[in-house]
Amino acid sequence: MAIFRVLATRLVYATALLLAVLVLNFTLIHLAPGDVADTIAQSMGGADAEILAQIRADYGLDQPFLLQLGAYMSRVLQFDLGYSYFYAMPVTDLILQRLPATLLLVFTAQFLAMIIGVVLGVISARRPNGAMSHFVTFFALFGYSAPVFWTGILLLIGFSLKIQWFPVAGMRDVTVIGGVWTHFWDVLRHLVLPVVTLSSIFIALYSRLSRATMMETLSSDYVRTAKSKGLSQYSVVYKHALKNALSPVITLAGLQFSAVVSGAVLVETVFAWPGLGTLAFQSIIARDTPTILGILFFSALMVIIGNLLTDFALRLVDPRIRGKQ
Amino acid sequence: MKFTKNVIAIMSLVALTATGAIADNPKRGGTLVASLTGTPRVLNPAVQSGIVTGLVGSQLFAAPLRYDEGWNPQPYLAKSWEVSEDGLSVTLNLQEDATFHDGTPIKSSDVAFSVKIIQEFHPFKSMFAPVTSVDTPDEHTAVLNLAHPHPALMLAMSGQLMSIIPEHIYGDGQDPKNHPRNNENLVGSGPFKLVEFVPGQHVIMERYDGYWEEGLPYLDRIVARIVPDSSSRAIALQNGEIHLSTFENEPTIVNRMVAADGISVSNNGYGGIGPIDWLAMNVTRGPLKDVRVRQAIAYAIDKNFILKAVMRNTAKDALTGVHPDSPLYNPNVNAYEFDLDKANALLDEAGFPMENGKRFDITMELVPFPGYKPQTEYIKQALSKVGIMVTIESVPDFPSWAKIMGTMDFDMSLDSVYNWGDPVIGVNRTYMTSNIAKGVWSNTQGYSNARVDELLDAAARENNQDKRAALYAEFQEIVNAEVPIYYLNAVPMHTFYSDKVGNPPVDGIWATSSPMDKVWLKD
Repeated sequence: MAIFRVLATRLVYATALLLAVLVLNFTLIHLAPGDVADTIAQSMGGADAEILAQIRADYGLDQPFLLQLGAYMSRVLQFDLGYSYFYAMPVTDLILQRLPATLLLVFTAQFLAMIIGVVLGVISARRPNGAMSHFVTFFALFGYSAPVFWTGILLLIGFSLKIQWFPVAGMRDVTVIGGVWTHFWDVLRHLVLPVVTLSSIFIALYSRLSRATMMETLSSDYVRTAKSKGLSQYSVVYKHALKNALSPVITLAGLQFSAVVSGAVLVETVFAWPGLGTLAFQSIIARDTPTILGILFFSALMVIIGNLLTDFALRLVDPRIRGKQ
Repeated sequence: MKFTKNVIAIMSLVALTATGAIADNPKRGGTLVASLTGTPRVLNPAVQSGIVTGLVGSQLFAAPLRYDEGWNPQPYLAKSWEVSEDGLSVTLNLQEDATFHDGTPIKSSDVAFSVKIIQEFHPFKSMFAPVTSVDTPDEHTAVLNLAHPHPALMLAMSGQLMSIIPEHIYGDGQDPKNHPRNNENLVGSGPFKLVEFVPGQHVIMERYDGYWEEGLPYLDRIVARIVPDSSSRAIALQNGEIHLSTFENEPTIVNRMVAADGISVSNNGYGGIGPIDWLAMNVTRGPLKDVRVRQAIAYAIDKNFILKAVMRNTAKDALTGVHPDSPLYNPNVNAYEFDLDKANALLDEAGFPMENGKRFDITMELVPFPGYKPQTEYIKQALSKVGIMVTIESVPDFPSWAKIMGTMDFDMSLDSVYNWGDPVIGVNRTYMTSNIAKGVWSNTQGYSNARVDELLDAAARENNQDKRAALYAEFQEIVNAEVPIYYLNAVPMHTFYSDKVGNPPVDGIWATSSPMDKVWLKD
C-alpha cells in the first residue's frame, strides 16, 4: 500500500508541476516582444498592417493575456495541445510525427554511449596511470569539448563526401524502393553519423563518471576482502565492483532523458534529422507558442517519467535503495 | 574507306557534342532531388508567399504567365493575352485542354476565383488591388477589369505570385489559409502533382500526365528535401545526394561550390525576387534627421571592402532599392565612393564637430538573419573613423527585431528586402509616406517626400514602359540623394546544380519559383 501512496503523491506533484510549467512558459513567451504574426510575415516575404492584424485576430493574439492563458489551459485540460500557428497543423500530431525520429536517435546514442563509456571507464579505472587510461581521458575530453556541429561536419566531410559511406541528411532516402529490410538498412545508414556525433558527448560523460566511481569502488574494503579471498580479477571487477559503481551512471542516464528534446538540436540541424529538437528550436525562433508549450509539456513529462524509471532501475541494481521505502 | 567513314563519324559526334546537340537533347524520366532551406508552412502560394512555398507551389500550381530572362511575359496557362488600349482591362485566353490534377478542366471561373482569394488572403495586397472584377465571357477567357492602369499586373500574374487554384476544392466555405487541402490531397494546376508532404522532411511530387504541354514535364518526380544547414546541403550536392540547391547566399559556400567538380553555380534568375541588403536609417531620430549625416555615413562606408572582403566577390553592387537585374534599375546615381574627407566635411557642416575623436553616439540593431554580423561589425568600425560611435544592439529573434523596426524604435539596422517582381509589389512599400511604420518591411525609416510619393503613384499607373522607367529613374535619384537607406549589395543568391541537370532553372527571372517542367536529368 505504501508504494501506491508514494505513487499517488508523485502523480499529484507531477500534475501540479506540469501545470506550473505551462503557466510559467506561457507567461514568459508573452513577455517577449513581437509574436508569431511577425514570423509568418517573414516567411511570406512581408505583410502589411492589415494582414498582420488579420493573423493576430485569427489566432486570438489580439485578446487580453489572461483570456489567452485561460483558453489555452482549458484546452490542455481537455488533452488538446492546440494548433501550430506556423506549421498549420495540430501540435499533438506535430509532436507525434517528430517523436519517433528523436527517440531513435537519442536512445541509440545513449545506449551506445553507455556501453562504450562504461567499458572505457572500467578499463581505465583498473590501471589509472596506464597508457589506456590516458588515451580514454584524452578521447573523453576531446569528445566533450568538441562542438557537436563541428564533429558532425567533420564526419560528414570524411564519411559522406570523401569516402561516401554514409548519406548526408535526413532519416531516409525517399527514392529508395524495396521491402522492409531495404528501408531498415536505409534508415540504419542515415542513423550512423548522427548517432556517432551525439554519442561523442555522452561517451565522455559516462566514461569519466564510471572511471571515477569504479576507482572509488575498487579501493573500498569489500573489494579488498574479495581480492584477499582469492576471487579472480574478472569476478571482483565485473561481478562485485561494477554493480555498485553503476548507480551514479544510471542516475546520469535518467537525467539525460531530458536530452530527448534539448540534447539533439544541433545534431538534428546538421544532419537534417526530422526530430523534436529541430522542431523545438524552429518553434522558439518562430515564436510558435502552442508548439513551444506542447514540446515543453512533453519535455516535462519525459523528465518525470525519466526520474521514475531511474528510481526503479536503481532499486533493481542497488539492494540498499531497495530496502528503503 | 571504312577508316574515313569512322573518322567522319567521330568528328561529327565531337562536333555535335561540342555544339550541345547531343548533350542538350532532353530526356524523359528520372527523379530530381532538390533541397529546401526550411519547411513550407503551406504549399498553396495563393495564400502564402515566401521562397520555400514558391519552389514547391510553382510546380503544383500554374500561373497565367512565365517570364524570360529579358523580363518579357511568355505564355503559360494563358496561351495569349491582350491589354486594352486604355489599360483598364487585361484579357487572358486560357489553354483549352488544361486540367486540374483531378481531371477537372481549368476554367475562367477558376481564374476569377483565384484572383478573389489572392486579393483577400495573399500578403502582397498591391498586386491585385486595382482589379475591380473579373469577367468570364466564356470558359477559356478571363477579363480582369481595373480601376486604373496597373502595369505591375503582368508580373503579378507570373511565378509564384498568381497560382490558379480550383474553385471546386477551395470554394467549399472553409478558410483558404488553413484549408486541409493546402498540404494534403492537394489538387493543383501545375506540371507536377503532390504525392506526399512530410513537414520537416520532404515534399514528393510526380509528373502530372494530364499537363497540357505535350511531352512535358520531362522529370518523373521531384523530391524536395528539407535540409536547413547550408554546409550539409553543399556536401549532399557534392556527393550526389541532391541535384539542385537554390537561394544559396553564403559567400564561403558559393566559392567552395564554384571550385567543386561536377557542380555548376549560377546567380541568374533572381532578378524577379530581387533581394537587396541595405542599411536602414531612421530619418526621424537624432542626428539621422539631417540628410548630410546620412550622406556622410554613406561616404564613410567602403563598399568595395564589403563586396570583396565580406561578400568575397559573390555579390553584385546595388546603388538603389530596385534590384540591379531589373530593367527599371537606374545605375546612374551617386555611388558614394569611399571618401573620409567628404564624410568629415559633411558632418562638420551638419553641426557635429569632432571632439576627442567623437562626434555622437548612435545605435545599430543586429538583424537576426544568419551571416549579417560581419557587415554590422565592419560598419561600426568604419563609422568610428569619422567619429560616429555605433553601439550594436543584439536581438534574440526575428519577432523581437520586427517589433523594434515596425515601431521605428531604432537608429540604424541592416536589412534584407525583396523586390518581388514589380516595384509596386516590393519597392514602393519602403518609401511611400502612407506606409510609414506599418509593421516590418514597411516604410520603417519614416521617410517622406511628396515628389517621391507622386512619382511612385504615377509609375504604378503608367503603362508606357519608357515613361515608367523615367519615373522610377527619378525616384531612385531622389532617394539615393536623400539616403534614408544606404544600399550595400544585391543578396548573392545562387543556384547550385549537378552537371547531370539539363535545362537548369537559371533562366527567366523567378529561379525555382517557376515551373521546372523543362528540367531534365542526364544519364
